[in-house]
Amino acid sequence: MKLEIGRIFIKDIQLGSETSVKSGVLTVDESGLIAKLKEDERIKDVKIDVARPGEKVRIIPVKDVIEPRVKIEGGLNGFPGVTAKPAQCGEGRTQVLYGAAVVTVGDIVGFQEGVIDMWGEGAKWTPFSQTYNLTVDINVIDGIDPHTHEEIVRIAGLRAAEFIGQAGKDVTPDEVLTFEIGSVFEETAKYPNLPKVLYAEMMITQGLLHDTYIYGVNAQTILPAVLHPNEELDSAVISGNCVAACDKITTYQHQNNSVILDLYAEHGKEINFMGCIMAPEHTTLAGKFRVSDYTVKLAKLLGADAVVVSEEGYGNPDSDLLMICKKCEKAGIKTVLITDECAGRDGMSQPLADTAVEAVAVVSTGNVSHVITVEPAEKVIGKAESIAVLAGGWDGALAEDGTFQCELNAVIGSTSEIGFHNVTCRLY
Amino acid sequence: MSDKFKVLYYVNQFFGQIGGEDKAGIEPEFRKEKVGPAIGFESKLKSEGEVIGTLICGDNYFNEHKEESLSFVMDVIKKEAPDIFVAGPAFNAGRYGVACAEICKAVADEMGIPVVTGMYIENPGLDTCRKEAYVIETSDSAGGMRKALPSMAKITCKLAKGLEIGSPEEEGFIARGMRKSLIVEKRGSLRAVEMLLKRLKGEEFETEMPMPVFNIVEPAAAIKDLSKATIALCTSGGIVPAGNPDHIQSASAQKWGKYDVSGRDALNAPDFYTTHGGYDPVYANEIPDRVAPLDILKEFEKEGYIGKVNNYFYTTTGTGTSVANAVKFGTEIGKELKEAGVDGVILTST
Repeated sequence: MKLEIGRIFIKDIQLGSETSVKSGVLTVDESGLIAKLKEDERIKDVKIDVARPGEKVRIIPVKDVIEPRVKIEGGLNGFPGVTAKPAQCGEGRTQVLYGAAVVTVGDIVGFQEGVIDMWGEGAKWTPFSQTYNLTVDINVIDGIDPHTHEEIVRIAGLRAAEFIGQAGKDVTPDEVLTFEIGSVFEETAKYPNLPKVLYAEMMITQGLLHDTYIYGVNAQTILPAVLHPNEELDSAVISGNCVAACDKITTYQHQNNSVILDLYAEHGKEINFMGCIMAPEHTTLAGKFRVSDYTVKLAKLLGADAVVVSEEGYGNPDSDLLMICKKCEKAGIKTVLITDECAGRDGMSQPLADTAVEAVAVVSTGNVSHVITVEPAEKVIGKAESIAVLAGGWDGALAEDGTFQCELNAVIGSTSEIGFHNVTCRLY
Repeated sequence: MSDKFKVLYYVNQFFGQIGGEDKAGIEPEFRKEKVGPAIGFESKLKSEGEVIGTLICGDNYFNEHKEESLSFVMDVIKKEAPDIFVAGPAFNAGRYGVACAEICKAVADEMGIPVVTGMYIENPGLDTCRKEAYVIETSDSAGGMRKALPSMAKITCKLAKGLEIGSPEEEGFIARGMRKSLIVEKRGSLRAVEMLLKRLKGEEFETEMPMPVFNIVEPAAAIKDLSKATIALCTSGGIVPAGNPDHIQSASAQKWGKYDVSGRDALNAPDFYTTHGGYDPVYANEIPDRVAPLDILKEFEKEGYIGKVNNYFYTTTGTGTSVANAVKFGTEIGKELKEAGVDGVILTST
């Protein structure tokens, strides 16, 4: 499977009357985009805005972040199985408006949302302070139940990214990345002496605002599935979850999954990267047993020497993570785990909800309860008061002068367990 | 008034220059002057701070009369109101180390001021105060004084001025067990791949998270006669009265709540809902009893299957709540339940 990602570097976003990229400036046809999104009659109104790196702008509450793209060769444009007909992802040429992001904003059921600060202390803790963000604030008509509401917002974000992505259709990219890995037999014949490595990506699949979709299929309903790494890099996986903001894998992070990218960089050099196992996180013990058994079974079937396992969320999924670890290590498959920590606001608590002596190689992506204090914003996109109820905030977190405090819990992508950001914990 | 920060110092009879083992039984005393290591210590504060007095106590006396000694020491500290408290260094002296540790812990807990001491890594006092104090790592004998005092003074200055404390390696203290979040150069996925390559090549690698060790709690004995038992309801599923009157957090709970349910047959909507941010709340908000089944417990009570449902139900949010907070909540709630004569608890999670 061969995928070319053509990156068009975006250096600014402007709102205007056409959608285009000229000299790195992305112009978005505001009324055209609103009209497009309002084709869904359940959407009452849409507010579009722009937040640029360095501006004293706060976006809250954030639902999802999506990278705008367009497919120009091979496969179908959009998100197959969701906004487009089912089609194979991971082949051909995809053009990416690199440096731009669609950020969906708006209340759904109250608690599960995040914050992005584009400047100062807050910006350090989120990777999405570095992207030019087009915010899409969606209000739905009355009488919509929460599950439908979530779906409307999720799909609207994807449609917005698709609409804007069209601007890259005829633009010559600044950089073209090629991702090519053949069948496991071909690659093993090419690199007979390299260790065979798999990536097991755990996904939250636990209900409203806690779901993940692969080709539009709710991953709650699947057994662990093997994906070619290119499929995820080419928009086959989307986020339907918002909790907690710090370690949810946004759609943008699936499209640019950093574990996949960093393993790819070593493919054919130090390792034989054979693919991804998508592992759902269930709430039931039976589900956890089934998924961990099945994940390890797939790794054994493919003859893996090692597996990198990334978690999504914390608490009960800590058990899934360690079950996969234990069973892999017992089968002679070496593991490296990536997780964040719930060490309490003072950092003095033990960090996981479960433990396993087999987990000897663990990357920590930070303490979700680490408290940050950020200065008042000059402009708030969304609703500043949301901090009182979102995960990682509290009543009183927003001071009268606009200063606010929150745990990293509330900051989108801060403790990303696919290691998308640069936070860690050290023993002090 | 001096604008220097004020340090109160503690030493034993030996470093207090009263005498050796033969004087280890002396009672605590306070002198408004610098004694023994306090002199060298103050000279390292670069005139930013001053030692306002020295507490001295015999090692044997302290260990044999802990309460009296602590009470004397605490009275002096409260009266003198220092900005920071320093003890030792105790090197590998066991009784001296225990005295330094007990006092440091008491000062930190009761006064909330920073405390600094110095010890050898195997000093038996270390575990008592390593979380509360900054314990500078020293050699095992007093020969290490010259090396210990500058580190103790340096960290004291930083603490007194509220400056950021560096890593244990940079500052020379024994890690307190705190998980500190930091921004580093390499992203997590790259660190994971590098760790993987080292592991595959059989090279040395260091985990970023040593696995926690869990306490195992013995289950209580079985209830012999349920029909006479009082059963309490307790949940980490975030069910609270509408409006969440105690502002229990939606994640990473800092508190728990208790609510009188003696006059209710169920936790009906809309009087109750969930404040928990970690699961799909739609079904819990429809019927809160799905998470905390007061309705069934009350039916059991009416049928006589159980004796009584406890008047209060207890609740908090489990998601992202640290184990340390959970242990604290559990201890506090458990104490109340025990005092209320509760025999058993239905504890629901989500």
